[in-house]
Amino acid sequence: MAWTSWFRKKYNDNHPEFWKNYVDGFDKKIKKPIHETRFVAFDTETTGFNKKEDRILSLGAVEIINKTIKTNNTFEIYIKQDVFNPETVKIHGILKDGDLEKVSEMEAIQSFLAYIKNDILIAHHAGFDYGMVNEMLLRHGLGKLKNAFIDTGVLFSKSKHIIYRENLKKHYTLDDLCKELNVSMADRHTSIGDALITALVFLKTIARLDKRNVLKWDYLLK
Amino acid sequence: MKNSIAERISDFLKGFPPFNLLKEKHLLEIATDVNIIYLEKGDVLYAKDEHYHDYFYIVRNGGVSLYHHDTDNNKHMVNINDAGDIFGVRPLITKENYKLTAIANEESIVYAIPIDIFQSVTKNNVKVHKYLITSFASNAYDPYTAEENTKIFVDYLPNTSQDIANFQTANYTKNPVCCKENATLKEAAIKMSEFKIGCMIVVDDKKYPIGIITSSDIKNKIATGLFPISTVVTNIMSSPVISDKKDLTVADAQLKMIKYNIGHLCITEDGTPNSKLVGVLTNHDVIAALGNNPTAILKEIKRASRTKTLRAARRKANGLLVSYLDQNIPLTHIINIISQINDAVTMKAIEIALEKMPTPSPVTFSWLALGSQGRKEQLLFSDQDNALVFEDVPADKYEETQNYFLELSKLVSKSLNKVGFEYCEADMMASNPAWCKSISEWKTQFKDWILNTDEKAILLSSIFFDFSHIYGNQKLANELTDSIYDTLSKTAVFFRFLGRDALKNPSPLGFFKQFLVEQDGEQKDLFNIKYRALMPLIDAARLLILSKQVRGVNNTYERFEKMAELEPNNKELYESCAYAFKALLKFKTKQGILHNDSGKLIDLEALTKEEKLKLKRCFKPLHDIQESLKLRFDLANF
Repeated sequence: MAWTSWFRKKYNDNHPEFWKNYVDGFDKKIKKPIHETRFVAFDTETTGFNKKEDRILSLGAVEIINKTIKTNNTFEIYIKQDVFNPETVKIHGILKDGDLEKVSEMEAIQSFLAYIKNDILIAHHAGFDYGMVNEMLLRHGLGKLKNAFIDTGVLFSKSKHIIYRENLKKHYTLDDLCKELNVSMADRHTSIGDALITALVFLKTIARLDKRNVLKWDYLLK
Repeated sequence: MKNSIAERISDFLKGFPPFNLLKEKHLLEIATDVNIIYLEKGDVLYAKDEHYHDYFYIVRNGGVSLYHHDTDNNKHMVNINDAGDIFGVRPLITKENYKLTAIANEESIVYAIPIDIFQSVTKNNVKVHKYLITSFASNAYDPYTAEENTKIFVDYLPNTSQDIANFQTANYTKNPVCCKENATLKEAAIKMSEFKIGCMIVVDDKKYPIGIITSSDIKNKIATGLFPISTVVTNIMSSPVISDKKDLTVADAQLKMIKYNIGHLCITEDGTPNSKLVGVLTNHDVIAALGNNPTAILKEIKRASRTKTLRAARRKANGLLVSYLDQNIPLTHIINIISQINDAVTMKAIEIALEKMPTPSPVTFSWLALGSQGRKEQLLFSDQDNALVFEDVPADKYEETQNYFLELSKLVSKSLNKVGFEYCEADMMASNPAWCKSISEWKTQFKDWILNTDEKAILLSSIFFDFSHIYGNQKLANELTDSIYDTLSKTAVFFRFLGRDALKNPSPLGFFKQFLVEQDGEQKDLFNIKYRALMPLIDAARLLILSKQVRGVNNTYERFEKMAELEPNNKELYESCAYAFKALLKFKTKQGILHNDSGKLIDLEALTKEEKLKLKRCFKPLHDIQESLKLRFDLANF
């Protein structure tokens, strides 16, 4: 008991077991060569863009190890919410009382953390998805996500040669990248579909970076 | 839990064989365990001699090339798999290391299909098995295994679903001739020759099969002096035997023979070698069971005494063509079979016509096939293009003789038309006096075309220079060829004319990489694959082979292959042209079958993106060969 007080506390005693496990996972993290590293591409569908007021309706994620995505280990979950915004239904298609099997936020958090573990997260415009998940965690008295994360939008800009960078758009939508990198837009605007698209965009961008031999860890995560 | 990705994969898979033969729930089960693999250009998915994977593959996007390494470890491209093509199926059939190397031809996404799950859901699905056997046994996926295995199966691949022969129980030889383990080889051989059989089963006291001796064992082990003829049979027999149950289906028997690379299966009481031998099933039994095969059709053609029966036989060949294309049998193989059948039909039509003539032919003649039949690359029914050469006769007999052959040709044409070959619109048929001439007249005609070249001569040359002898006195055809090459060696200008003609249709891609489509008329917005893609390749091949004075190679792809042999520096270009030609011809044929026409006009809108990409890929060699012709024949300012 005494030794923990010397450090900043990682979590308090009231935190549930799964949160402690998640946090402890980062102590054991070993850096592996890139082809053995597990990446998790994820996406959220939300009721809107306000981090405080809007809620996550679904979470989708796929894992990438050595350029391979395993279909039998994908993550797809739909969450019960009281907040409902008819305006965004036309984008994500999730109805308030649809046929989809839905779980509570807490259950979703628990499975999501178990899925992502201590691995590197990938999202398109990661700040938003990362922020939405963090808000959800904070609402339930938990801490923020501890995973390193890569934004495919930023990564894509980096993959362009320096002389073209000034002409780059400031903001690449996932649609832009699909067109540029020739990725099928099937299931766009479902969280799992966007997660898969993000994963493919990531792989294709990495391949372009790799050719220019700039693929280093600190470079990826910067 | 819901798995939307699996659903999407399943949606994709169900569009392609063999997955289209599976139930939705099984497909989803497979899709749930699929790995999505991203490959950069040049990434190796598996290499020759690598331990087999637990997956086989289907291309989702892009293209994956298969390479064969010859004994000197040179790499040869065997095939490019495009979206929807399956490959790496070897581990499904036989647990052996890979024989080919799979490398991403471009940035690609492939789905890895788990073999264990695939096998568990397709266990009793004969159609799927059949598809895989043929995929595996045909060159399409693994050409170098087909050659190692009993080659015979390549010719007798089962047909589409309407042919149920494959799922019938195989008819095997009951009570086969056997010998005991202590018999000498000499005794066995005497028995084999007495019963006129090619193999003998060695059985023990309980009549359990313990080994097999075949004629080739005698050839390889006795005749070579490896063993004396007095040796006991157990010394040279192959053991243990491969066995199966009585109710074995033809398809399963075929699979087993391919798998173990054998020609004989022992049929035993309980299916294992540890029970009584009841019969032997040979690969000939399997072939006999597969009714609709080229040999059967050829036999039917040879036996036909009337045009009507001839037509029925030729129709069957069309069915064969459809099922071959369905099964992705290599095009070279399909072309060989169909052209053999076409030639046989023509021969028979001539024989029937000869019988109808009141008198036998006054002198010998040679019937020539022209155009695509002459090049032996005619797959669908197309126009009749033919000509007739007859022996020289005294001037006062000429008209009479020509009339005889014109009469004969009319009968042949009529009969071919009944079979399904349309009359040639341009009347390039032996029934036209212009194309039914004596050998001397023909020689003069070709000389005139070559030495006094004009537009018309060039137009005709594309048809007449691809002639091949079909029936009659082959010496006449050879004499004509000799004379043509002799004349060709005296002039270079003719080649430049041919060259210019070969360039008249430039690469079919426009400036923005769009297809060039027909601008007006009824064909507006349709892509003419024959004129824009196939003809330039055919023309280029003809020009090159004529300029090299090579005889007897008429196929466009064989011409390119020959060129690759003659000019190793340009090997890659010529091989890619041969490949492109085959791919384009297959495309045209498939379109033709789909729309029940010649397939030469393609509605681009109706193509999938993958099909368009596939087409586009063929245009690169076309462009390259045209550039090379420009230099070689100095055509830039011609």
